[in-house]
Amino acid sequence: MTFTIQIENGTEVRNAEADSQRTLYPYVTGTSVVAIKYKDGVLMASDMGGSYGSTLRYKNIERMKAIGKHSLLGASGEISDFQEILRYLDELTLNDNMWDDGNSLGPKEVHNYLTRVMYNRRNKFNPLWNTLVLGGVKNGEKYLGMVSMIGVSFEDNHVATGFGNHLARPILRDEWREDLGFEEGVKLLEKCMRVLLYRDRSAINKLQIAKMTEEGVTVSEPYSLKTFWEFKAFTNPTVGAEGSW
Amino acid sequence: MDLNLDAPHSMGTTIIGVTYNGGVVLGADSRTSTGMYVANRASDKITQLTDNVYVCRSGSAADSQVVSDYVRYFLHQHTIQQGQPATVKVSANLIRMLAYNNKNMLQTGLIVGGWDKYEGGKIYGIPLGGTVVEQPFAIGGSGSSYLYGFFDQAWKEDMTKEEAEQLVVKAVSLAIARDGASGGVVRTVIINSEGVTRNFYPGDKLQLWHEELEPQNSLLDILNAAGPEPMAM
Repeated sequence: MTFTIQIENGTEVRNAEADSQRTLYPYVTGTSVVAIKYKDGVLMASDMGGSYGSTLRYKNIERMKAIGKHSLLGASGEISDFQEILRYLDELTLNDNMWDDGNSLGPKEVHNYLTRVMYNRRNKFNPLWNTLVLGGVKNGEKYLGMVSMIGVSFEDNHVATGFGNHLARPILRDEWREDLGFEEGVKLLEKCMRVLLYRDRSAINKLQIAKMTEEGVTVSEPYSLKTFWEFKAFTNPTVGAEGSW
Repeated sequence: MDLNLDAPHSMGTTIIGVTYNGGVVLGADSRTSTGMYVANRASDKITQLTDNVYVCRSGSAADSQVVSDYVRYFLHQHTIQQGQPATVKVSANLIRMLAYNNKNMLQTGLIVGGWDKYEGGKIYGIPLGGTVVEQPFAIGGSGSSYLYGFFDQAWKEDMTKEEAEQLVVKAVSLAIARDGASGGVVRTVIINSEGVTRNFYPGDKLQLWHEELEPQNSLLDILNAAGPEPMAM
C-alpha cells in the first residue's frame, strides 16, 4: 500500500518508499566473493570492505561467517540484509541443535534453505539484496554453491560474485583443477583477488581467506596483498607519444 | 532564492563517536535545517537512551527522534526486567531492529555510544539500511564526508579522555567549516565508569581554520585600534 502526503497548498511531497512491498536499493554494500573447491575441501576469499555508494566507508567488515560446524557463508551486496540472514541461520542452527539427535546441518541443507528464502522474497518483490556463496564439507563430501538475490541457485567447482563474475571466472576456468593443493588454491584465489584489487573500484586491500575441510571451518586473520606498478609503460606512459595517457 | 520552508526538517549534521582508554566521547554540531533555513541553531543531537548509553542522531530530525524515543522506552523496560543497566550492545541492536525493519521509511543514521561493565566503552555505527558496525570510532552525517581523511591521519588507539575529547571537538569544528548543513556549537558527551559529562563549545572557543578571521564586535574597533589614518589610500 502506498500513500502520499499532501500539504496545505496542494503540492504533493515526494512519495517515500513507504510501501514495504516494493523493491529497495542497497546502502552499505560488499563487493566480490570468490570460492573454489580444492583437494581437501573448499576455499573462499573476500575483502573486508563495506562501500557506501562510491565512498569506501567501512574497512573492517567480515563478509564470510561460519554456519554450524560444516559450512561457511560469504556474501556480497547489502550488509544489513547479510546480517539479517545470519540471524535467520542462527535460529535455524539453534532449532537444529535442540533436536539433540546427533545430526547437524550440512552445506547442502543450508544452501537449500537460503535458496528458498531468497526466491520467496524475490516473488514478493522485496528481495534480500545479496549474492550468497555457500561452501562446506560434510562426511567427506565437498560442497560449493551460490544463490543470487533473484533466487538463481546452483553448485559448481568454482564461483564468484559481483565483479568477480567478470574478472575472476575467466582465470578460474583456465587454471582450476580438481587436485589443487592448499597452497596452490590460496595462490589461485590471491591471483583473482589481486586482479579485483587493480580493477574493481569498490575493492579494498584487506582480505580474508577461509578454509573448509572435514576437520572444520576457519577464517584467516585479515591481511593485505602486494601490488605491482613498476611496468615501463606505467612509469613512463607517454614515451614516444607525448600528450597521450 | 527559494528557502523552501516546507522541506522536511533534516539535521545535515556532523556526528562523531570515539572510544578511548576508559570510555567513549560522543560529539555533534547543533544545526537543524529546513531546506536552506536554519530552523534550530542550538539543537542537541546527542540524546540519552539510558544512564550509560547515548545516541548521536543525523538525517531526518523526526525519524531519529521517534526511533530514539522507542528505543528509550524499550530499554527502560529491559532495565527493569534485568535488574541492572542495559548494555551498549543491546541498545545498538534495538536501534538496528527499528532501522532495519523500517528501512523503506526511515532516513536516519545513528551512532550509539556508551559504557557498560562487561565490555567497557563501545561505539556502534548504524547507517542507512540498518547495518550495525562496532567500531573504535565512528563518524556520520553530511559533515562526515570532510572527516574521513582527517581521522585516517589523526586517529590513534588508546587515547586519554582529554585527547579523545580534543580530537572530537577539532573534528566537528573542521566539518562545520566546510559543510553548510553543519554549524552552531559543538556539544560533547563523555561516558565512562564514573558517569556522564556534558560539554559545550561555542564558536568563539574553537580554533580558527583557513581563511577564517577572529570575530570582532565592529569594524569601528578595528579602525580605532589601527591608528590615525586607517582608511587612507
